Amino acid sequence: MDARLGAGQSAPAATKPDWPERLYGTLKAARIGHMSYVPDAGHTALINLLEADPAVACNVLTTEEEGIAVAAGAWLGGQRSVLLMQSSGVGNCINMLSLPAIGRFPLLMLVTMRGEWAEFNPWQVPMSRATQPSLEAIGVRVMRAEDPDELIETIDAAAALAYEADGQVAVLLGQRLLGRKTW
Amino acid sequence: MVSGMPDPDRLGRREAVAALLADRPETLLVVTGLGSPSYDVHAAGDHDGNYYLWGAMGGAALVGLGLAQAQPDRQVMVITGDGEQLMGLGALATIGVAQPRNLTLAILDNEHYGETGMQASHTASVDLAAIAQACRFAEARTIRSLEEVLTLRHALSQPSAGPRLVVIKIAARNPPRSLPSRDAVHIKNRFRAHLGLEQG
Repeated sequence: MDARLGAGQSAPAATKPDWPERLYGTLKAARIGHMSYVPDAGHTALINLLEADPAVACNVLTTEEEGIAVAAGAWLGGQRSVLLMQSSGVGNCINMLSLPAIGRFPLLMLVTMRGEWAEFNPWQVPMSRATQPSLEAIGVRVMRAEDPDELIETIDAAAALAYEADGQVAVLLGQRLLGRKTW
Repeated sequence: MVSGMPDPDRLGRREAVAALLADRPETLLVVTGLGSPSYDVHAAGDHDGNYYLWGAMGGAALVGLGLAQAQPDRQVMVITGDGEQLMGLGALATIGVAQPRNLTLAILDNEHYGETGMQASHTASVDLAAIAQACRFAEARTIRSLEEVLTLRHALSQPSAGPRLVVIKIAARNPPRSLPSRDAVHIKNRFRAHLGLEQG
């Protein structure tokens, strides 16, 4: 993307990235039947694909920690749930993560990063810095992806770790992958 | 009322929960909020279809939501306290949007934080049922008598147009503890086996 673009401009004839569709296919192959989210621009295409799928129950949350509890409930009832949020929401989740940590509930979080690459909003930076250490401090395994191919491979591996090995896994989608926010 | 003093006019929590779960349908699934609601449900009779929380404050109703969505043919009841639900007020909005037809929240409301020294909570003046109504719950009310608890028990086996929330006003007293297992993995696996799901 052209770094000189200013407010109100968008990249000329930018190709729509195909990774959200590939990511959706990877989640379906992992037999995801349930999803919760707090909206983030980086997740928009994936949210739309999951919400259009009648085989996936979707919940919009008021705050991210709700999704940790919802995912545990879905697993108790036999469904695999995925949780989408941006990095600022990770801080909201910490105490609720006690539940999957102590109960070894499968958990797959997809976290779009803010505050680390071509960020314009300084308020995003502190929680960005704290995202990985705070997840690791409560016992969540953190994986990162910086390009589309790496992302698909990582989500496939993370889903196996979560649903087959009772893991609590967060995949961080680097802000470089998502691109500069345009206005 | 003086904080923490016995109130003889109010329902006892054990009495209320025992009435709510008497002759429970075999298909009913129960999630409990941390602290006294977990002890109350355990005292009413341990059951493979119970999931007891010992932490994750604010999460009980939401565990119930995920479970209700994954098991749409079963009724799910969350039994929790006023303080626990106050920490998850946003959950009422999330459940109001999701509109599950098989989820009932039973809030044992003693208007106090009973586990931590009986400090007053918000519900002496804040109306949880009114908040649930505003969040589009199909039923939301406050009850105070054993007769009303028995009516709620019967209603649980009836279909509902949407989520239900019932505030049960109870006395601020702590009966002797009745402790369920604190092994969250064991209770999880027992619960899933009860539903015929593979161990994991």
